[in-house]
Amino acid sequence: MATEFKLPDLGEGVEAGDVVGVLVAEGDTVEIDQGVVELETDKALVEVPSSVAGTVTKIHISAGDRVPVGSLLISVEEGEQQVSAEPEAEAPVPAPKEEPASTAKAPAPTPSRPPAPTSNGDPIPAAPSTRRLARELGVDLTQVAGSGPGGRISQDDVKAAVRDRQTGGIAPTAPVELPDFSRWGNIERQPLSKVRQIIAKNMSQAWQQVAHVTQFDRADVTDLEAFRQRNKEKTEASGAKLTPTVLALKAIITALKTFPQFNASLDAGANDIILKHYYNLGIAVDTERGLLVPVIKDVDRKDILELALELGDISNRARTNKIGLDELQGGTFTVTNLGSLGVGEFTPIVNHPEVAIMGLGRAREEATVREGRIEPRLIMPLALSYDHRVIDGADGARFMRKIVDALENPELMLMGG
Amino acid sequence: MAETHKTDLLVIGGGPGGYTAAFRAADLGLQVTLVNADDNLGGTCLLRGCIPSKALLHVAELITEASEARTYGLTFGDPKIDLDALRGWKDNIITRLSTGLSGLVRQRKVTHLTGYAQFENSQSASISGDGDIDRVEFEHAIIATGSRPISLPIFALDTPRILDSTTALDLDEIPKSLLVVGGGIIGLELGSVYAALGSAVTVVEMTDTLLPGTDPDLIKPLETRLRQAFSTIHTRTRVTHIEEVNTGIEVHWEGEGAKTSEIFDRVLLCIGRRPNTDNIGLENTDIEPNDHGFIEVDSQMRTNDPRLFAIGDAIPGPGLAHKAAHEGKIAAEVLAGEPASFDALIPSVVYTDPEIAWVGLTETDARAQNRKVDIVRFPWAALGKAHAIGRIEGQTKLIVDPYTQRVLGMGIVGPNAGDLIAEGALAIEMAAVAEDIAHTIHPHPSLAESIGIASEIHLGSATDVYMPKK
Repeated sequence: MATEFKLPDLGEGVEAGDVVGVLVAEGDTVEIDQGVVELETDKALVEVPSSVAGTVTKIHISAGDRVPVGSLLISVEEGEQQVSAEPEAEAPVPAPKEEPASTAKAPAPTPSRPPAPTSNGDPIPAAPSTRRLARELGVDLTQVAGSGPGGRISQDDVKAAVRDRQTGGIAPTAPVELPDFSRWGNIERQPLSKVRQIIAKNMSQAWQQVAHVTQFDRADVTDLEAFRQRNKEKTEASGAKLTPTVLALKAIITALKTFPQFNASLDAGANDIILKHYYNLGIAVDTERGLLVPVIKDVDRKDILELALELGDISNRARTNKIGLDELQGGTFTVTNLGSLGVGEFTPIVNHPEVAIMGLGRAREEATVREGRIEPRLIMPLALSYDHRVIDGADGARFMRKIVDALENPELMLMGG
Repeated sequence: MAETHKTDLLVIGGGPGGYTAAFRAADLGLQVTLVNADDNLGGTCLLRGCIPSKALLHVAELITEASEARTYGLTFGDPKIDLDALRGWKDNIITRLSTGLSGLVRQRKVTHLTGYAQFENSQSASISGDGDIDRVEFEHAIIATGSRPISLPIFALDTPRILDSTTALDLDEIPKSLLVVGGGIIGLELGSVYAALGSAVTVVEMTDTLLPGTDPDLIKPLETRLRQAFSTIHTRTRVTHIEEVNTGIEVHWEGEGAKTSEIFDRVLLCIGRRPNTDNIGLENTDIEPNDHGFIEVDSQMRTNDPRLFAIGDAIPGPGLAHKAAHEGKIAAEVLAGEPASFDALIPSVVYTDPEIAWVGLTETDARAQNRKVDIVRFPWAALGKAHAIGRIEGQTKLIVDPYTQRVLGMGIVGPNAGDLIAEGALAIEMAAVAEDIAHTIHPHPSLAESIGIASEIHLGSATDVYMPKK
């Protein structure tokens, strides 16, 4: 029997993707969970696994297509029975409809979400008066997601697009007048990659929305480093790498549990703080395509070895484009480590809609005074950026202190203190 | 006495596109000059096209309806046709409307010149006419010169027996037999008029269907009726040559089911129209018409010559008055600095009996694009009003996007389809989903009700038809 495999719901907010590659050919045999299409969505590059098995009889998409959720991707023949894939071409006149509603109780389904604007040549889903308003305001309606049924764009949607533009969101229709740089020398134009566009959009959104403050502190990690060296080989034997970031995750969890407003989001519209009773930490990973932030879920319930394994795994997969979309979502707090690249102090940007981010710098041996004597100690610079709308400076200081204490007293921390 | 006249805007052509552009521009504060080849304004549409043909189609319908009333128990005698009076009535309609346009020209203080305009360059044109002004200098010009019927070398006989749409509407006589060459919209409309007035009408069409490009299910009820009204319809048939003989025009042809030749009183050519873009001096501007003679424009009606705009039949697209008028407004508004742009759908109407009308995506287009759509057909056999007027052959069809439920297209065949289609155009322009139409109360009984019911069928909430559960 012929089965149609359609683009499944890819998770929150993702309505469509661009086909980067088709991983099967007509005539191929596919199995359940085998990747059939490589899709670039607004969030990441993902492989879409098949939910059906059989022989591919037809491929309905090709690289470069933009496909909304629900689009037909491939047809698969499950058994021997040949069924014509031809749609009902000439339905007899009295037949009310190609696909009548299946039951009397369930009329034609209406999708819950409007699709992303498509370029399939359909008229723009906006009334003529709205289209004229958009022209007047210089809004490209193909870039506006309509809030109405069937994706209809209202005048309010158009005005909101203008507001977004004014508040600095990267709206494609907000071109800033640039000088002609080629007057002063040779130039080259490179299109922004999708990932870059997303990063740019998210960063400017965070920069606009969040009242940023950054606090610096320094942790004496001599004992922590000794602990790390003592246990390094043991973890390596299990295939994991015990990095400073892994240990920092533990310290951060201790602080997040004490100060729940750091594991939160601000709903400015409702005037609510949303406290999250789960601890999913995003890790900023430098990849060839740009910054990705895969998320380790339930960090509080995992031991050091598990965290080391998982951190190694998701970082690798982020770098090799094998990361799933769901693994980039649901973070509650983010850690970024530029220390591994030799950086000392820096000011991270909060990963909105989270409210805080911890930056780890490069630990260096420094001459410090301990009990009246100068002693070489390993000092790690820390940078905590947070949303001042949610978190007061004193709380920031206490949170930072908690982390420094944890890092400086590894035994206590790792015993669950 | 030669005189040069200076103007903000020169509009060349006084048809629906040209006069609309001129009036709108004048209302927006521009100083406008309108030059028209004919003394009377109105262009092809009013003087020798839509309006006279619709008047005559109305007469044709009246004749047919009176005769069909027999089945209702109402018998009229055979109609007596006073051709002079009929022609006079039709001409009177034209005069009345054209005079109205001249009044609007005066009220708006548009300078109205009669003659042919030819560009000298992108800022001036010579005017050949009887008036004092023989030259106009302008800031901008809108080319609205329209189109004219085409002929082919094989029909190049110098005889009044060969008609085109213009001479056919002059209604010189009612021929005993008439061959209509071309089964498109104009051919079928004019053929219907002559058939009702008593001519034995034959239609010959080269392709395999009447109204090429139209959805077959919409054509079917019309074709059934036309096969009764006309004596013969030949599709897939090509005229090879014609000659004038004593008794008329002998037509030789080849193709499906046709004899090798036949003699007709008159032959009416409806094989297409060509834009009037030759002989207007475009070579003195930056405009180069395309291979078919059309002037390419952008969505704001700008040509590649920055001072010149073009609209209507002179540019690509269907040659329809409502398209030209819409484009005329856009050109005028763009010139006045308004953010206008052409992004509207153009409804198509065939004013035969029954009428056929469609707007937006057609079933044929959807299939050609391999586009998945939901198609809802509501046959008028289930519509009370259709029974009341004795016309149950109609059908209303919706083309709906299966993902968004948005209405993408509508097609109607039946009496008044041309009026009914306006609801479809509005629905699509407003980005309505099928549910919006279904939840709009449609008057009962009416033909418009068919649109509401079709939408309900899509939703699964229709009660006027039985939909078996799957």
